[in-house]
Amino acid sequence: MADPATFAEQAMPLMSSLYTAALRMTRNPADAEDLVQETYLKAYRAFASFEAGTNLKAWLYRILTNTYINAYRAKKRRPEQADVDDVEDLYLYRHLGGLEGATAGRSAEDELLDHLTEGEVKEAIEELPEQFRMAVLLADVEGFSYKEIAEILDIPIGTVMSRLHRGRRALEKRLYEFGRARGLVGERGVATRG
Amino acid sequence: MAGDECREALEALYVYLDGELTEERRIIIKGHLDDCPPCGDAFDFTVELRQVVAQRCREEVPEALRLRIAQALGQDVL
Repeated sequence: MADPATFAEQAMPLMSSLYTAALRMTRNPADAEDLVQETYLKAYRAFASFEAGTNLKAWLYRILTNTYINAYRAKKRRPEQADVDDVEDLYLYRHLGGLEGATAGRSAEDELLDHLTEGEVKEAIEELPEQFRMAVLLADVEGFSYKEIAEILDIPIGTVMSRLHRGRRALEKRLYEFGRARGLVGERGVATRG
Repeated sequence: MAGDECREALEALYVYLDGELTEERRIIIKGHLDDCPPCGDAFDFTVELRQVVAQRCREEVPEALRLRIAQALGQDVL
């Protein structure tokens, strides 16, 4: 099964997706490049054990995350505990006034979504604690199912759900803060929730 | 914004959007989102937010890396 042409044909087109994840995880282009290269070499060597017809992308992500955890996590520079337990569901929408009635919130929502920059979105993701970041990347950026994420990260589905839930709330909170800092959103809606 | 149905729909919103609710729950939540404009707006916003996040964190693979990997695999892949 380890046919070089087959591997290249199927795996090479997935590289930008893997590189995106690698860069968000390592937060450093040189490490991200090494991580992706190592992932491809490991995958190539193990290709015989890949079961044809199953999900190659999920299989590659599993190799990528295992490699990251073993080789790069030791380099982490920031504390991993984020205090997100007090952050509500739909944090961003609520804070933009979206559930406060009438249509008052709509323009604030459009304004924020239209103007958030790539740099801000990337930074908000990279600031997430590692476990949440991985889950959010796999679900919201790559579109993997809970079951696939559970297999990639080798954790129970319930853990996937809780990491996703907390990660998304933390991400929304950070995006809101960017919006506030740049004056894209005002005070609306903020004071009405306790 | 009031009522148990709204609360239930909003609590389920992320999971609904993930396509991970049971069929029975999915139909209940979809029914509510279709009938309740404020909750429908919250859903639309959440969909759009997810698209923004997914689109604005994409990276291009550096050409040198693509080459390096192709060479390492002994392939002329480009």
